[in-house]
Amino acid sequence: MLRSKTKMLQLAVTLLACAFLFVPIVMSVLAGLTANYFQGVSSGLTLKWVFEVWELYANSIFLSMGIAFACLICTVIIGVPAAYGLARHPGWMSRMLEEFISLPLAIPGLALALALLQLYGSMQGFRASWTFILVGHVLYTLPFMVRSILAVLASMDLKTLEEGAASLGASPWQRFRDIVVPNAMPGILAGALTVVTLSIGEFNLTWMLHTPYLKTLPVGLADSYASMRLEIASAYTLVFFILIVPLLMAMQWASARAQRIAK
Amino acid sequence: MTNRTFVLACLTPLFIFSLLFLALPLGRLFLASGEGDAGWAVYLDIVRKPRYLNTLVLTVLVSAATTIAALAVSTTAGMFLVRNQFRGRGTVLSVLTLPLAFPGVVIGFLIILLGGRQGLVNQLTPGHVVFAYSAIGLFLGYLYFSIPRVLLTVMAAAEKLDPSLEEAARTMGASPYRVVMDVIIPGLMPSLIASGAIAFATAMGAFGTAFTLATNIDVIPMVIYTEFTLSANIAMAAALSIALGIVTWILLLIARSLSGSTVAGGG
Amino acid sequence: MTLRLTHTAKTYPDGTKALLPTELSVCKGEIVSLLGPSGCGKTTLLRIIAGLETPDAGSDIWFDDDNVTALAVEDRQVGMVFQSYALFPNMSVRANIGYGLKMQKLPKAEIDARVTEVLEMCQLQPFASRAITALSGGQRQRVALARAIAPRPRLLLLDEPLSALDASLRESLRDELAVLLREFDITAIFVTHDQDEAMAIADRVAVMSHGRVVQSGSPEELYRNPTSSFVAGFVGNAMALSGKADGTTLHLEGGTLTLPSDGAGQTVYVRAEDVRIEESGPLRGKVEAVTFLGTHYRVVISGVTSGAIASIHSGQIAPKVGDFVNMSINPEALMLLPTEADVA
Repeated sequence: MLRSKTKMLQLAVTLLACAFLFVPIVMSVLAGLTANYFQGVSSGLTLKWVFEVWELYANSIFLSMGIAFACLICTVIIGVPAAYGLARHPGWMSRMLEEFISLPLAIPGLALALALLQLYGSMQGFRASWTFILVGHVLYTLPFMVRSILAVLASMDLKTLEEGAASLGASPWQRFRDIVVPNAMPGILAGALTVVTLSIGEFNLTWMLHTPYLKTLPVGLADSYASMRLEIASAYTLVFFILIVPLLMAMQWASARAQRIAK
Repeated sequence: MTNRTFVLACLTPLFIFSLLFLALPLGRLFLASGEGDAGWAVYLDIVRKPRYLNTLVLTVLVSAATTIAALAVSTTAGMFLVRNQFRGRGTVLSVLTLPLAFPGVVIGFLIILLGGRQGLVNQLTPGHVVFAYSAIGLFLGYLYFSIPRVLLTVMAAAEKLDPSLEEAARTMGASPYRVVMDVIIPGLMPSLIASGAIAFATAMGAFGTAFTLATNIDVIPMVIYTEFTLSANIAMAAALSIALGIVTWILLLIARSLSGSTVAGGG
Repeated sequence: MTLRLTHTAKTYPDGTKALLPTELSVCKGEIVSLLGPSGCGKTTLLRIIAGLETPDAGSDIWFDDDNVTALAVEDRQVGMVFQSYALFPNMSVRANIGYGLKMQKLPKAEIDARVTEVLEMCQLQPFASRAITALSGGQRQRVALARAIAPRPRLLLLDEPLSALDASLRESLRDELAVLLREFDITAIFVTHDQDEAMAIADRVAVMSHGRVVQSGSPEELYRNPTSSFVAGFVGNAMALSGKADGTTLHLEGGTLTLPSDGAGQTVYVRAEDVRIEESGPLRGKVEAVTFLGTHYRVVISGVTSGAIASIHSGQIAPKVGDFVNMSINPEALMLLPTEADVA
């Protein structure tokens, strides 16, 4: 009896937490599709606000996708060889380097943005271009990519596999291409989805790094929350959800798969 | 090319990137913190001047409240989800982890939909309850993004918990309450401390949520932002950033040493 | 190919001497086993030959007339079978076997033909397109061997190739491996800690201990004429008979034995199969344990010398625990080896 009472209590807490997280999302989706939020859903459902958002913010959405894609390419180019290097060269130097590049996970984005602005803020050409935002995004997402690959590499006997390939005549580059990258693929995939998801949603760094001509999706969101009517803000949030939720689900699936393989 | 040169070459892009865009900027930020009128005493000002001290206290209080609430909710829900199989479990789990990828601004907006002037609570209750822009709103916003992070860490630990320990305690006559206190909580302790540290650090540094909600109250990230953009007090903004960065870094270091991996990310 | 090592040694950065200066020659087509307990340096020696480990300065490794000491592993044209097989999980059986040929940039048709040939030799045709994870331990072992042999290496190296297998499988694969290696007609070196394995496969066994090759010879030679107590003990489990030697007479706790030569300064060894339990024997001891092993009994007897000795008894009826029995040992079966202060 007592057992089932505790269970009921646990269930109640779980459902309450679900409601707390989910009700505002539903409200936001509804508000974005309602003709007039103050009159309620009875005023009719419409896609008017979504179209208006598209007109107002399509550039922001495309900029975010472009930056996310560029960020993915940068993290792959830097992260895949780096993860391999860290896995093959363990020691205090590698641990320090890994710890150091993980700093952006711990330090608030605001502080990182300030640091970048302090050093590069006066370089106008760089400061005003989209690559400045890209640098911030790569800084923030790179540790996720590196760690995701490292976890997969650490689970296999990389050294012996490579020795096997070397004994068959493969050069270091051929070993990297034929053995390391294919076997690290689950980690690269999970890392890639994480990078894109985080890049599209990144606000803390971007808010400080952006210029009035370069607004990413979340910067546009903040903008609409401050200055647009509730329906437009909600419709924009809805567009964001449509973009981010499938990515999040793919990312969770890929991470679970990489973890399974790592075991 | 020998093996060793190849491995070192692999690390070179990472090394150059983190030198140019992490090491040097952070070094510059540190120097900038000492370049104000107060010199290096700027760090003392954080705890000396009431404006900053009050902010610090409020930030710590809200973050601590968030941590405790998130631990309570997520541990209960996490244990329930690990120990019970039921229809809809997957859906519940998806809902509870959905906010992982939401930026802080979006979470702030969702809290406004709950507790703002046109919010759900204000519509349902006659007393004109608006809490979104107070410390309570901030607390709820932080709780919103902390629940999924704590939940995932606790569930990972709970899955590794040996159910036979619980059964053994019960065969020896322990009540459900004693089982929780004597077996489950001690077994989960490392991950509870770890996820608590993550929740606390994330709340301390959360900017996006505060940006949308904290129009009337000051928390450290907002003060950094206003010092930098409005007062042009760059030294203070830099000093606060560095102090905040060190605190959150140490907290996450503790978390990682206890649980292996962390689910971090800005709020 | 002939392999020649001169003055080859390996010292780790922390000062550990994994391999003391070693001379070793392996003739063309010879199959040599490096046998020894774990930590004796046998794997280090193998890895130095492969090029996976850099030897100390002054070491020289010759493949025929080429000094390969400075060559990286990928340029040495050796085939290697790893203890864990190191099969590439991202490739099929066929792709694993063809990888070395692909590295030699052979035309695709030739690679296919060679892989098919090797698959056939190792009876792996049914598994050609399988994933590595879908293979049993024995099949993996054969794929590893096929992969190492496919590029026609100058030298085949095998690092404990059977140790990852179940005991029952190990024995059948051991004989198969012995046949295959001779079919390949290749110079091969393989490392093992199992004396049965070494004897079954190798033409010549090099016994190693503490970073040195202590004796090298054919299996029969090592078994019949060990030159040190270590080899006598490690190969064939010889037991020491510690007593007092007086000329050609050895006085033991449980009786006296006649030695084939003067026993001064020598330790006397005997193997269990040479200890015969018979009524008229000059030695007497008490039966401590009897184990039935199908074809024979293994009887452990105390009171003959300071430790217990074992006897292989093939009679129909075995003595009982607690019985006193008489034993005899042929003088020719006794091995006299110099007493070592430090038993290596």
